[in-house]
Amino acid sequence: MTAPTLTALSTKLERGELSSVEATRDCLARIEAHNDALNAVITVTAEQALADAAAADARRAAGDAGPLTGIPLLHKDIFCTAGVRTSCGSRMLDNFLPPYDATVVTRLHAAGAVMLGKTNLDEFAMGSSNENSYYGAARNPWDTSRVPGGSSGGSAAAVAAGFAPAATGTDTGGSIRQPAAFCGITGLKPTYGRVSRLGMVAYASSLDQGGPMAATAEDCALLLQAMAGFDPADSTSAEREVDDYSGGLEADLTGLKIGLPGEYFGAGLDPGIEAAVRAALAEYEALGAELVEISLPRTHLAVPAYYVIAPAEASTNLSRYDGVRYGHRCDDPADLIDLYTRTREEGFGAEVKRRILVGTYALSAGYYDAYYRKAQQIRRLIQQDFLSAFDNVDVIMGPTTPHPAWVLGEKTDDPVAMYLEDIYTLGVNLAGLPGMSIPAGFADGLPVGLQLIGPHFSEARLLNIAHRFQQATDWHTRRPTL
Amino acid sequence: MSVDQAEIEKIAQLARIRVAPADITELTDRITGILDLVDQMQAVDTAGVEPLASPLNASQRLREDAVTESDRHVDFQAIAPVTEADLYLVPKVID
Repeated sequence: MTAPTLTALSTKLERGELSSVEATRDCLARIEAHNDALNAVITVTAEQALADAAAADARRAAGDAGPLTGIPLLHKDIFCTAGVRTSCGSRMLDNFLPPYDATVVTRLHAAGAVMLGKTNLDEFAMGSSNENSYYGAARNPWDTSRVPGGSSGGSAAAVAAGFAPAATGTDTGGSIRQPAAFCGITGLKPTYGRVSRLGMVAYASSLDQGGPMAATAEDCALLLQAMAGFDPADSTSAEREVDDYSGGLEADLTGLKIGLPGEYFGAGLDPGIEAAVRAALAEYEALGAELVEISLPRTHLAVPAYYVIAPAEASTNLSRYDGVRYGHRCDDPADLIDLYTRTREEGFGAEVKRRILVGTYALSAGYYDAYYRKAQQIRRLIQQDFLSAFDNVDVIMGPTTPHPAWVLGEKTDDPVAMYLEDIYTLGVNLAGLPGMSIPAGFADGLPVGLQLIGPHFSEARLLNIAHRFQQATDWHTRRPTL
Repeated sequence: MSVDQAEIEKIAQLARIRVAPADITELTDRITGILDLVDQMQAVDTAGVEPLASPLNASQRLREDAVTESDRHVDFQAIAPVTEADLYLVPKVID
């Protein structure tokens, strides 16, 4: 690798110790050498990447460079890229060449970042293991018999393996934080509305949010600075100034109040994960923070509420895949209904079909109040629990996941068991809060993630809290042997 | 709450997804499992709680009623499975 972090690479580029073309070639060589084992990247755009890298070098020579100019990165294959296949890990979109870029892609490109290609994911971001991909599961670089997490598993595996110093992800119920935890990297899910959803293919529109995945909080700050901001083309985009994410990274943590929800440390938590998280919390105490026991009493309700709201929104969003305008179309349809039903039978995988059917059921006549309305009421109660907690603490911390990365196939026969693995992350999306996962040690040789949850639009503070931990520890510098 | 195969067939029809007869039993079991999980909600008293549809309580933003998009139908239809004379083609609906 040419540099261990995005920030270090940025410094090298600035000093002229390395060109973007050299850094890009190095990343492409690593992908070439190791992607067969990891299946983290499903499309490589080498030619365009080298051209963009040369353009970035020229831009730098002309004195017009920012911190991301010439930085190679990967996009989760759910962000539309003009003329470059955007599959969403689905047979339905295996042939889809978007006519435009997602706003996130446009913004990072404008900042000078160089796209290397597109990363693997669970189909339409529905999954926690990357096993629901039409292109096969991505593998965890720490142990290739294990999952990298999901749905942004390809992005997490790619960053951990040094394919790129950064990748984009999306998080609807934990899909940035959980794979970041499983692969030992840093991931940030911003406040709902902070990052534009335009061109980020929709799964559950009231929950989806894009964010950065990289080695460190410092790196994520640079990425989020470019990604965040109001977008008039996204009707749910927050009309609010973007904070300075890098400027406050060094702020002292003395007096920081950290809330520890009892519900995040109860039955079902792996002892190795608990030990690592407790040690991380002790490190925060040494940095001057105070630990406060709190309660998020509706934590257990996040899973049922999520598995109504997300499927209901998915069933609506995915009704657009009808074999008419783009994407897969079945051969020789007998009539219009046959066109729809066979196109969708062939185009969607098993988990996507299940969620569409659950959502259709929840929204169908006679069940709406018992399911969708009830789930939205519980959603408000869950949000109130978080907001009440923030009356007394600055940040909430706990494990990102109850268990470390599991072996491929271990949970594929039991969707509900897989859903319950997201118990600590789902509530954050329901409440629209920002959350991070940062490396906090190992359990049985597998990375452990510490989750940080803040009030709405507290990304700068979360990044500061994460950065100070990373200055005091070296878990984020550990890399798997490929 | 359990659902029976007839209900799954009806939902699949509403969702416009063909389900092979051989898969119906397993699909019914899986969806019953998911609905059992979801039914934990029914034990919660939510009387008087306003539903939360958007996490920031956002309402739809309005803009000037002015044309902001250019005509890109050629680009959009270039990726369609079948088009003719600027129209998307589907199987015959009316004889």
